[in-house]
Amino acid sequence: MSSAGGAGGDRLARTFAAVAPRAALVTFVCGGDPAPELTPAILDALVAGGADIIELGMPFSDPMADGPSIQAGNLRALGAGVTIAKLIAIVAGFRRRNADTPIVLMGYVNPVLAHGVERFARDAAAAGVDGVILVDLPPEEADEVAPALAAHGLHLIRLATPTTDDRRLPAVLESASGFLYHVAVAGITGANSAAEAEIAAAVARLKAATRLPVAVGFGVRTPAQAAMVAAHADAVVVGSAIVDLVGAAAARGSNDVPGEVAAFVATLAEAVRGAPRRLAA
Amino acid sequence: MADRDPSPSLRSGPDARGHFGAFGGRYVAETLMPLLLDLEAAYREAKADPAFRAELDHLLAHYVGRPSPLYFAEKLTRHLGGAKVYLKRDELNHTGAHKINNCLGQILLARRMGKTRIIAETGAGQHGVATATVAARFGLPCVIYMGARDMARQAPNVFRMRLLGAEVRAVESGSRTLKDAMNEALRDWVTNVADTFYIIGTAAGPHPYPELVRDFQSVIGEEAKAQMLAAEGRLPDLCVAAVGGGSNAIGLFHPFLDDPVELVGVEAAGHGLDSGEHAASIAGGRPGVLHGNKTFLLQDEDGQIRDAHSISAGLDYPGIGPEHAWLHAIGRVRYESVTDAEALDAFALLARVEGIIPALEPAHALAHVAKVAPAMAADRILLMNLCGRGDKDIFTAAEALGVRL
Repeated sequence: MSSAGGAGGDRLARTFAAVAPRAALVTFVCGGDPAPELTPAILDALVAGGADIIELGMPFSDPMADGPSIQAGNLRALGAGVTIAKLIAIVAGFRRRNADTPIVLMGYVNPVLAHGVERFARDAAAAGVDGVILVDLPPEEADEVAPALAAHGLHLIRLATPTTDDRRLPAVLESASGFLYHVAVAGITGANSAAEAEIAAAVARLKAATRLPVAVGFGVRTPAQAAMVAAHADAVVVGSAIVDLVGAAAARGSNDVPGEVAAFVATLAEAVRGAPRRLAA
Repeated sequence: MADRDPSPSLRSGPDARGHFGAFGGRYVAETLMPLLLDLEAAYREAKADPAFRAELDHLLAHYVGRPSPLYFAEKLTRHLGGAKVYLKRDELNHTGAHKINNCLGQILLARRMGKTRIIAETGAGQHGVATATVAARFGLPCVIYMGARDMARQAPNVFRMRLLGAEVRAVESGSRTLKDAMNEALRDWVTNVADTFYIIGTAAGPHPYPELVRDFQSVIGEEAKAQMLAAEGRLPDLCVAAVGGGSNAIGLFHPFLDDPVELVGVEAAGHGLDSGEHAASIAGGRPGVLHGNKTFLLQDEDGQIRDAHSISAGLDYPGIGPEHAWLHAIGRVRYESVTDAEALDAFALLARVEGIIPALEPAHALAHVAKVAPAMAADRILLMNLCGRGDKDIFTAAEALGVRL
């Protein structure tokens, strides 16, 4: 295991321990959506609504693994001029207000390469980022990025999917850190949803193979779906539904996008906190 | 054991992880990794199976019409007044371009892997037509993703694909061209992993695609080499091909990589390299990761992909195949560029002088030929890949030339 967590110690491990035995609520927003000036208030709103962990999307012009919701969020954010440097500064500001809620940066590898891997790892760690998910960076290609992240105490969070069979799983787990993100359906974000039995079986299989917490995402849009996933997994990830809400609020000219986000996240948090626990120990 | 070759072949790439030097690789979502590993294993098996090669060769001969002729363009040669210009006539293939060579190979692989649904992306529509054609031939349902902007400028090919039974889905995201069509095809593939085979049309994308597209297109260079030896008793001095993603170029170049033959790829300079509106990834881009591979890309300082521009929809892509990126990096192939206006001149020139209407893609290669051939001695031999015919481009060309059809 790496000594991840940077100056903040291992915020992710502390969070999973603190919320146990219930599942953690992980919320995703596109950084800079609908405008970078609103992102600090939206991050605070996620926490106020009851999010335990924040995934902050680093927008990319060509988000190949994302569905229409997050594609649109990426375009709004890029149109408003967001960059990785701005997002790291926003995280640094958040960290001055909040020492405990883990932040994971999520995106595609090209903007990170363009920013400079070492500079990215150093600045993200100094700002108080806890982990990084790079959707298009499988273990086979991680050599260029992983050492710098590890050197700065950042978790490189791996994804397991419905196509990750027993032959493939060891490659995914070998360098996994922070938590394991189970992509519940083969597909793009915000599209189909997996059945409860599939999720239960997938989580059980993964937990037999790793001691890392298992988060489940893709296709989790409603409080009811969040509660169902929370019954089985260590964390439930909601993304597209929040990004849709941000987009709709911005399109309406809402003067309280953060307030609307907090209200929706509160419904998810209530569902996750009230979920019966069926997770095998 | 054989002695160590003092000058290792340039034809042995990629390495076991799909890298050509610092380029290539498999930068994809984890969902796709097992599929790519399966595809690679299936391709290795197929390559070692003489029956696979025999079936492909039979189809290439009787369905595509290979070998395509090597044509000495005598009038063009006289017109340019320098090197002898030969054209590799891949525009005479069934479906009118080189794309079918690769589509046949991939659909045989799809069938071997038990896949029952075909998807593809297309820019100019030539790869879409070729894919729809082989899907019809093998009775598999087929979905083609095409940028909405490309559908407007390549309407005849949209009609062709639909006639062949394919479903053509308009892609409205991003710049609504080839790169967005590829994003959408990848999204389809990641959603339909169990039954779907993605036929990538260019020598790019995640490993093993650049390798297998190259292998299936290398028939162009292999034939041309043998035909040139038969015609002239020697190899050409210079080979020229247009490069977008680079499938026709790598198909021509690869069999010549270890020979003393100069190789030039011609990128699309659009309105000019200085205009910022072009598709020249090597001349105007830098290394990055898109669509599953590391290669030269048009991108801004923040790593966001820039829209490409070319009058030729088939070259309108902000990247280039990873093997080309490597051949550029090691200096084995030179990459030049040609503007929309120069390509249009060449388009008209070949029609008038040789009675051949080229596609706008090889018109870029021809424009470079027209620049360099006059300065070459009459005993020099120049070989150009005429990789597609221009019927599909007459509307675009007419509009650019100010003619109302």
